Amino acid sequence: MSPAPSTSAPGQLRSVALVGNPNCGKTALFNLLTGARQKVANYAGVTVERKLGTARLPDGRSLTVVDLPGTYSLQPATPDEQVTLEVIEGRRAGEDVPDALVAVVDATNLRMNLRLVLELRGLGRPMLVALNMVDTAKARGIHIDTQRLAAELGCPVVETVAIQADGHAALLAMLAQWPLNAGAPEVTLPPVLPPTTLALQREVRRILDVVAPQAPGNSLHRLQLSLDAWVLHPVWGLLILAALLFVVFQAVFSWAAVPMDLIKAGMAGLGEWTTAHMAEGPLRSLLVDGAIAGAGSVLVFLPQILILFFFILVLEDSGYLPRAAFLLDNLMGRVGLSGRAFIPLLSSFACAVPGVMATRTIANWRDRITTIMIAPLMTCSARLPVYALLIGAFIPEQTWFGFNLRGLVLFALYVAGVASAMLVAWVFKRVWLKSRYQPLMLELPPYRTPSVRTLALGLWERATIFVQRVGTIIFALMVVLWFLSSYPAAPEGATGAAIQYSFAGKLGHWLGQLFAPIGFNWQISIALVPGLAAREVAVGALGTVYALSASGDAVAEQLAPMIAHSWSLATALSLLAWYVFAPQCISTLAAVRRETNSWRYPLAMAGYQFVLAYAAALVTYRTTLWVMGG
Amino acid sequence: MTAALLADLPNGAHATVHAVQGNGPDLDEHHLRRLGELGFLPGEPVQVLRRGPGGREPLAVVVGDTLFALRLMEARCIQVLPA
Repeated sequence: MSPAPSTSAPGQLRSVALVGNPNCGKTALFNLLTGARQKVANYAGVTVERKLGTARLPDGRSLTVVDLPGTYSLQPATPDEQVTLEVIEGRRAGEDVPDALVAVVDATNLRMNLRLVLELRGLGRPMLVALNMVDTAKARGIHIDTQRLAAELGCPVVETVAIQADGHAALLAMLAQWPLNAGAPEVTLPPVLPPTTLALQREVRRILDVVAPQAPGNSLHRLQLSLDAWVLHPVWGLLILAALLFVVFQAVFSWAAVPMDLIKAGMAGLGEWTTAHMAEGPLRSLLVDGAIAGAGSVLVFLPQILILFFFILVLEDSGYLPRAAFLLDNLMGRVGLSGRAFIPLLSSFACAVPGVMATRTIANWRDRITTIMIAPLMTCSARLPVYALLIGAFIPEQTWFGFNLRGLVLFALYVAGVASAMLVAWVFKRVWLKSRYQPLMLELPPYRTPSVRTLALGLWERATIFVQRVGTIIFALMVVLWFLSSYPAAPEGATGAAIQYSFAGKLGHWLGQLFAPIGFNWQISIALVPGLAAREVAVGALGTVYALSASGDAVAEQLAPMIAHSWSLATALSLLAWYVFAPQCISTLAAVRRETNSWRYPLAMAGYQFVLAYAAALVTYRTTLWVMGG
Repeated sequence: MTAALLADLPNGAHATVHAVQGNGPDLDEHHLRRLGELGFLPGEPVQVLRRGPGGREPLAVVVGDTLFALRLMEARCIQVLPA
């Protein structure tokens, strides 16, 4: 495994790769160096693919920086660790080997982090060590003699604080003046046999005795220990987890009311203003019925999405998520899932696409496939507008034992998603994807106070993504749908609304027959079709379809009261049940195709989800009709 | 002093890793090597903090300065000398 020769002029540093243990702050440092906004969070395995960026050195030169997935050693156990090894050894097709390695080290945990540094040193590549989180280490009374460390490791060592705006200054300065060849470690040849982990650890202990003699061994921070006494407690821990989830879903409804009303009022005002100031005609209809009623009805849900993400980001950044995995591991093990599956599944609450990618941290292929297959059953944020619309329209604003009833129903829908995922996993593991026992071995990282900057950036990014989707995909689909719903125009002397004679109307009636047994009318059936591209589009599509169905000049009513008026409760509940499984999401299927390199899995996924969605909706519809005495 | 299994230590107990050795067919050599790479190496101090709901598994174990969650099967492969 000889590294490919570097093509740069001697002494000219063109590219560096950030390498280190999981969760030591590589991506935070990468973002600081390159101005990028890659996702950071406080758990292992956030970065699963290598990322490129450009840093500007103090002297004006630019430098390519490669961010790599974290790894515990150079013997990769998972697909994401494999990526790291391939890049630093230059085995990645079409990519130059980076000129130098920046070994990012968590200063609060040298005992573990230095093993990888020693292993990296054995590769014989130019390397420097970035001692990250030195601020936290100092606050804990860990004093590290960086000069001695540099002497022991035979390479430059700089201190960094990746969560501070100028925390990379020393690293940049070092990179700018780093004479590539002179800075190379004094290792003549890579060892023939890599040293055993035990030998590495002996060396680490020796170095630690020299550079940080007073560092307390075998001790976690006292605050962490006392917090974990509660958070990991068999009873209190589960109660805390349940309470947290509860607060999230209550907040999604109770905090969002005011901003949602403002957006709704704004949209209604915009619609009325446009109607009043434009001549009657197709363009006005396109703007009012297509754009404002369609895309606007999705935009209303922005506050709820942001509240959900606020909690997700806080939980991610604090280090709580792996603890939740600890508490729920029994359940995961019982259905045959790897404990590692928890974090990809959790990411899927935001969107199944990153969730599917995050399964790269799972070593066993069959375990990974099972996790991928159930990832879309986690309620992704795109489903929130659909849930919120239907709950807002059909579930009364009441308190039940002190809880907001709407929040309770939303909570129940999320639970239904998780429960069905567990059931599906259990079945898959038994009949299709049998695998041997899978260990957990999950790091529970130190708690961190969520950074306001990360939080603000994360929320801003979410808001941008959502508004962009509304402005692009959703808007475009609404225009197409408006066209299909308006043409061909109604024949002379027609009695019903014009939409019934259009392409979409005909398609809706045809699909309506398929969905009639589960209580969907033709309007819902139409809305499901553009929902293929993005689930929340279904809401916008209902907005357009109903706006166009409104007879005459009457300004379209708000969507929620309109469907509350025209659907039965059974239909609404049936649609909610359908969306728990929601088989239609092209981006997820494409991601599964990409990750598995086969059509087999995305097809199986779409198939089982469709069957389950139809069955669940059918049962819900019939049961509700029966209970309501229909 | 005789070696015990990490899996058998009571909550809160401190110990020193003695060896990491396969115990049954469920964990292969890769898993065992990974345990070493996480820090479960002879001579390293460990402490069982607590066990998950149900009182069996997973185990929250401190090794060196890091906290890990292990299932029973892994903890049965780690021989320790109780402190």
